[in-house]
Amino acid sequence: MNRSFVTTAAATLALAALATGAWAQKTELLVYTALETDQLKAYTESFQKTNPNIDLRFVRDSTGVITAKVLAEKANPQADVILGVSATSVAIFEAEGMLAPYSPVGFAALNPMYSDSKRPPYWVGQDVYAAVVCYNTVEGAKKGIPKPESWADLTKPVYKGQVTMPNPASSGTGFLDVSGWLQSMGEAGGWKYMDQLDANIAQYTHSGSKPCRQAGAGEFVVGISFDFRGNDVKQKGAPVELVFPKEGLGWDIEASAIMKNTKKMDAAKKLMDWVATKEANEAYSKNFAIVSHPAVKPALAHIPADLEKRLVKNDFAWAAKNRDAILAEWQKRYAAKTEK
Amino acid sequence: MSQVAPGHPLSEGPARARRAMRMGVHWTDRVAHGLLILAGLALALFLLAPMAVILAKSVEDRAGEFVGLANFAQYFATPALLRSIWNSVWVSSLVTVLTLPLAFTFAYALTRSGIRWKTLLRNVALVPILAPSLLAAISFIFWFGNQGVLKPLMGEGQIYGAPGIVGSMVFATFPHALMILVTALSLTDARLYEAADSLGTSAARKFFTITVPGAKYGLISAAMVVFTYAISDFGIPKVIGGNFNMLATDIFKLVIGQQDFAKGAVVAIILLVPVAVTYGVDAYVQKRQSALLSARSVPYVPRRSRGFDWAMAVFCWTLALLMLAVLGMAIYASFVKLWPYNFSFSLDHYRLGLIDAGIFGAYLNSLHLAAWCATLGAAFIFATAYLLEKTRGLDAWRPFVRLMAVLPMGVPGMVLGLGYIFFFVPEGNPLHFIYGTMAILVLITVVHYYSSSHLTAVTALKQIDNEFEAVSASLRVPFWRTFFRVTVPVCLPAMLDISRYLFVNAMTTVSAVVFLYSPRTMLASVAIVNLDEAGDIGPAAAMASLIVVTSALVCGLYYFAQAWLDKRTQAWRH
Repeated sequence: MNRSFVTTAAATLALAALATGAWAQKTELLVYTALETDQLKAYTESFQKTNPNIDLRFVRDSTGVITAKVLAEKANPQADVILGVSATSVAIFEAEGMLAPYSPVGFAALNPMYSDSKRPPYWVGQDVYAAVVCYNTVEGAKKGIPKPESWADLTKPVYKGQVTMPNPASSGTGFLDVSGWLQSMGEAGGWKYMDQLDANIAQYTHSGSKPCRQAGAGEFVVGISFDFRGNDVKQKGAPVELVFPKEGLGWDIEASAIMKNTKKMDAAKKLMDWVATKEANEAYSKNFAIVSHPAVKPALAHIPADLEKRLVKNDFAWAAKNRDAILAEWQKRYAAKTEK
Repeated sequence: MSQVAPGHPLSEGPARARRAMRMGVHWTDRVAHGLLILAGLALALFLLAPMAVILAKSVEDRAGEFVGLANFAQYFATPALLRSIWNSVWVSSLVTVLTLPLAFTFAYALTRSGIRWKTLLRNVALVPILAPSLLAAISFIFWFGNQGVLKPLMGEGQIYGAPGIVGSMVFATFPHALMILVTALSLTDARLYEAADSLGTSAARKFFTITVPGAKYGLISAAMVVFTYAISDFGIPKVIGGNFNMLATDIFKLVIGQQDFAKGAVVAIILLVPVAVTYGVDAYVQKRQSALLSARSVPYVPRRSRGFDWAMAVFCWTLALLMLAVLGMAIYASFVKLWPYNFSFSLDHYRLGLIDAGIFGAYLNSLHLAAWCATLGAAFIFATAYLLEKTRGLDAWRPFVRLMAVLPMGVPGMVLGLGYIFFFVPEGNPLHFIYGTMAILVLITVVHYYSSSHLTAVTALKQIDNEFEAVSASLRVPFWRTFFRVTVPVCLPAMLDISRYLFVNAMTTVSAVVFLYSPRTMLASVAIVNLDEAGDIGPAAAMASLIVVTSALVCGLYYFAQAWLDKRTQAWRH
């Protein structure tokens, strides 16, 4: 054997070994999720307490990205489980026939309002997340920009260039805002409102967290975001106040479901069982004010206890059916917007 | 013949001995041919094939049906996307126009003035190479964002959009232009200046008739490199672009955000056009370049000139400080507890933002990737260059391999990445199994940075007289022995250079890998993109700082390895 042969062979072997990677003795679920990175760790730990032999591999991105990915892979689905993706999107997967119905152990104890109405359900809701406006008090005072109280306030000229909101195509939070406005103001009214709001928007961001974090950092005064991130940013000491606009808040459900094509049905069911447990709901309750399990009563420092009463009426079937059309219209109206 | 004792080699007769020798050469040559064919095929497989699939995908609809140019028609009917072409072109042109004079003056000072601390200045100016381009954008936000330290300088304006993109890109491209221009300005014949002096030529006239024409090719080359970098870069417009869209961010939005691969392929092809043009111009110009230095050239030794040296020193130190300010701000901000309300020192962004959030693994993955590229990748590139330059035969195949080796320079990382998705995702591809693994990241990174490494290897190899191979062949020594006994020791400095280059780029690259990482193989540079998307700019700065510090340390290690090797193996050079 000559040396360059040996080197080449060794290199090839090394590459092959690298490629095959570790072979797991444990079952590994590929989980598509839009949950926030800072929630995933706690949830995984809680799940693995009872299921130490199941590893979770997350593909995490914004709701819009996960939705597009699942739909693009329709012919050859990769994910085993969908965890914490907006009910609007999960309803689309259901309509596309991509989900397996399953009623988790303990499902009967959950609030039926926040899960699929079919029995067995195609998806199970974990918690509700809702629109929140983050307002930076320090910058507001410095610039003489008052705290907004309503959605209508945000269209006032004083907020020009000071408001950021998530792009509904990529962000679930962005979509629940748009869907909420269209449902509560009527379609014509909703688009008219967004036209006016667009004049004040400094940036459309990729994720629903960024507007509140930017407001927290004073980068912009007002960020249209969602309750978990609002609570989190304020908790960490940023000078923000959370505004719950009085017209009502758009909202969605973080839902989980099993992909029909999974080859690991047993493990997938175990994960769904966990989703419905009280323990899991307690983990959600550290982040969200409304969870599926009626016995779990979240108490978040900066979210009002009556959040449920402030939500607008939300028709998920309508939102799921019209999601594509809404996004297309939104892109047409606002995506072409160039820099100011 | 009969006098020769039996058993002596010559007893078999000179004719037979010659035949045996020729056969020996043939046999080893065939090994070389086999390896060269394999290397060429590997490059074709990991470069040409993915690129070809992009072309195919651009004429298919989402279901995979052939639709002709419908995707292109649709693209050109979307004003928002069309605007990105214009944005990309004018921003990249502006970056080129700004970077070039700055880099030229800096290079001029380094080569033609009597200023002190040249090595230090040069190293500081090369610092941006150690950082992912995202770092510049993050720093610019901390300097000039709405809560930036220097926000008052911005007046009513915003850093988000074109201003931030241009500023960050000038920072990121500066060292690339500088390296080319220093080389170009070093190659000069002092006799031209002496002749001009004796004729009483004015300084300005000397500059425009000797200096600039002499560096012409370097200037063109630098312009092309800067333009290509700017138009292909994805990290900077992503972080600081706001609503300002460019081609590279469009590809990302179409492919990741909407999973519209066909439209992504269209943008990829459009992005290839300006890059291909600059690439063609550069290749044409380089061909026309004739030797500036002849055997009789005299090296230029800058004369001391107080005023000029002072001006140059001020210029260089100003730029160097600006560079350090950009770099330093990201590092500083990564330790600030809550910008801009609590400037106390804190490790939160590292501890909570990276480790507790479970993203620290991405940094380790990046180290793995870089280590693989710096070893296997460098070995492959060098061995292939050796086979190309130093073995004989197979003349029809060589130009193809050579083309494959220099082509990657003209392919933006995102385009290559998209091609890899198209090529490796279908399960029908026997190589599908590498999708989602570290191996595919190693492959794409090595291919993406192939050309510069290859050219470095070729330059080093050309310094070795081909006589070594000829003599070895006549002594029936197989080529690999010559390779390991002569070539490798002589070229070790160049090999280390290649290895270091691949390591640093593997740490910093975003565009080539952003489509290809899997949950298992998330990389540090990609994690920065994701953190920034979520508005988590503190941890993003922390991760960027980790990358810079790592790259710098590794460069230091390489430097010492180089010095040690120089002493041990390069004594013949002195």
